Amino acid sequence: MINGVGRVIPESIAGIKNVKPYINPFSYVPTGHLTGPAIKVNKPRSEKVLSSIEQAIDASGLKDGMTISFHHHFRNGDYVLNMVLGVIARKGIKNLTLAPSSLNTINEEIIPYINEGVITAVETSGARGKLGQLLTSGKLSKPTIIRSHGGRARAIECGELHIDVAFIGAPACDTYGNINGVEGKSACGSMGYAMVDAAYADKVVAITDHLVSYPLFPISIPQTQVDYIVQIEAIGDPKGIASGALRISKDPRELLIAQYATAAIEYSGYFKQDYSIQLGSGGASLAAARFLKEKMQKQGITASFGLGGVTAPFIEMLEEGLIKAVYDVQDFDIPSIESIKKNRNHQEMSASFYANPHTGGPIVNQLDVVILSATEVDVNFNVNVITDSNGVIMGAVGGHQDTAAGAALSIVVAPLLRGRLPMVIDQVHTVCTPGETVDIVVTERGVAVNPLRSDLKDNLKAANIPLMDIEELRNIAYEFAGKPDPIEVSERIAAVVEYRDGTLIDVIRTTV
Amino acid sequence: MKLRRTMMFVPGNNPGMLINAGIYGADTIIFDLEDSVALSEKDAARHLVYNAMKSITYSCEVAVRINHISTPFGYKDLETILAVKPDLIRLPKAETAADIEEIDEIITAAEIKHGFLPGSIKMMAAIETAKGIRNAYSIATASPRMVALAIGGEDYLADIQTSRTKDGKEFFAGRGQLILAAREAGIHAIDTVFGDVNNEEDFIAETTRIKEMGFDGKSVVNPRQIKIVHEIYTPSEKEIDHAQRVIAAYEESLTRKSGVVSLNGKMIDIPVVKRAQRTLAYANAVGKYEGGETL
Repeated sequence: MINGVGRVIPESIAGIKNVKPYINPFSYVPTGHLTGPAIKVNKPRSEKVLSSIEQAIDASGLKDGMTISFHHHFRNGDYVLNMVLGVIARKGIKNLTLAPSSLNTINEEIIPYINEGVITAVETSGARGKLGQLLTSGKLSKPTIIRSHGGRARAIECGELHIDVAFIGAPACDTYGNINGVEGKSACGSMGYAMVDAAYADKVVAITDHLVSYPLFPISIPQTQVDYIVQIEAIGDPKGIASGALRISKDPRELLIAQYATAAIEYSGYFKQDYSIQLGSGGASLAAARFLKEKMQKQGITASFGLGGVTAPFIEMLEEGLIKAVYDVQDFDIPSIESIKKNRNHQEMSASFYANPHTGGPIVNQLDVVILSATEVDVNFNVNVITDSNGVIMGAVGGHQDTAAGAALSIVVAPLLRGRLPMVIDQVHTVCTPGETVDIVVTERGVAVNPLRSDLKDNLKAANIPLMDIEELRNIAYEFAGKPDPIEVSERIAAVVEYRDGTLIDVIRTTV
Repeated sequence: MKLRRTMMFVPGNNPGMLINAGIYGADTIIFDLEDSVALSEKDAARHLVYNAMKSITYSCEVAVRINHISTPFGYKDLETILAVKPDLIRLPKAETAADIEEIDEIITAAEIKHGFLPGSIKMMAAIETAKGIRNAYSIATASPRMVALAIGGEDYLADIQTSRTKDGKEFFAGRGQLILAAREAGIHAIDTVFGDVNNEEDFIAETTRIKEMGFDGKSVVNPRQIKIVHEIYTPSEKEIDHAQRVIAAYEESLTRKSGVVSLNGKMIDIPVVKRAQRTLAYANAVGKYEGGETL
């Protein structure tokens, strides 16, 4: 079958249930009811705290062939995933599906467990480095399923991704299982991704390095969802969990891209009192935050809410009254973690509230403007954020699809050239976000507006930025770098990329 | 009106910077073969710049700072670079008119050899010594190719035996003489670089100061400095409005054949009118005003 972005999707793919091709962003309307976790019972005065991870694994009833989940709020400082898998491997449990909200470089440690058959399938947002190479190699028996943050929450809630046991790294946990992310030496801020796992997994194991007496307050994940608690020395490396306040880029090219993106927002028609905004954590996005702040101050405009992936520039705007409220699914730096702890206008939200398309409405639906980064963009405005120039997985979809679809104005920023590689090309290797949901592409040499948005094009004429057709951007890139040969791939499908609604937007084949 | 508010130095041995040099909006980019290039990299830089200019279309004025012709590199720089027709050759450490005359002859020969329009390659000179300052006017007028004089920074300060201060007293004499020589010769005066790129406050102060002294622009070393300079050089709405009213009052007086012109009770004489014309032409050139005469 050829799907809505022109990709060939086989009628059936071994290891993937119910292949549905992507048609367009909102065409798939599911019916039926949400799923639920196993019914739990906990008698008064029974003990949830166990003495080891091994005990918790035994108590959870984890067996061969089950699905386990983790959350990635500890980013590259996470100890939990590697540690739990180590214990599982020693116990001889095999054939598991690993379904973390994302994978970081630190998780390369689990590669032997994949090679030994402890893990035989992976469902996640993305992966980097050697782990990304392994997932692209086709060595796993089932194709890896790549989902956006909203798509993962949807898959869990509708039962497509059933979690048998969720292991939740808990920065603070009381003796009856109430969890928050803002206290303890491994504080990570929002627990947004883990909230969905806790609510829908059959068994929930909290692993903490900050066990406190009952009751803990505030509560992000409640006792009603947590079955077992294990205290360990350290659940993460604070240095890897959160950086200090990220500095604004000094790279002139990033600053130029940020300047164009900000001008595009200013003249788009959406830059008005009580607009709403999400910015990424990349260099150009952070710089755009600074320029946007200056424009808001100058024109006396304040935002009704900000969304994220939260970073320090956002917190500054919140504290200065330029943003009324921040909704937060994940924190990237220490100022953001401190803010969610103390500021009532800084609200924690779950991945489902953030971005799940099959609910009464995620918050991305209320978003006016989002700035997103990209690895590659093509002349149809399709965006790839998952595979590199060799066709190997090296990134994560994250909230890309969700915010692009939800926001009234989605801006994708990318350098036109990375080294000797063109980044605006005829066809991206992997479509992650469909061009239909991308309104503007900003590069250092020009800004292209999606022809579907002629209204925007008219508005941007006054912005004093180099507007051009996307084909012209591609031509400039090719003029410098040449047209890259397509990446040679085999028939074997190493991974599928789901659109947020569960349809398949693309497949990633092993390279040859 | 030709603008040279910002002349941005780009090290000639950095391919990434050469590729992107044109995208930041500098009025002029200067590919540097001189001080930013180590002795061991001189030939590599020369050929990189040659190939960049041959294959990339830059939308702004392109200058090349060659090594002085008294070094082993200057003549080779000219031979290679003139073949790809730079808009401008910048000579460093200019001290005498003879320096300019000699390069002028080399450029003339190259224009004939390569079939370029005679006189189409321009020149500018950076003055970096007391002797150069004393000869500034003769340097400025040594060739019809000359379009600008620039004052060099650290070399000049070393020569006059002083160093950088916050308020720039050390440059006072040099800048003063350079602006007079450039104005008398009818060419641009360009100020030296400000190397501390993270010190925005002092950069703004210095740029404001040299604009007030009459300089036409400033050499910059980082793209981040460009926008700041351009903002300082852009006439304000108030200045444009005042200039328009001066011109209107002047034109009205011409139709009334009245000898005395005044605006809001203040007398307007010819220099005031000229300044207003220049403001409007400048505002036009920077895209802030439509109309005004193109000066």
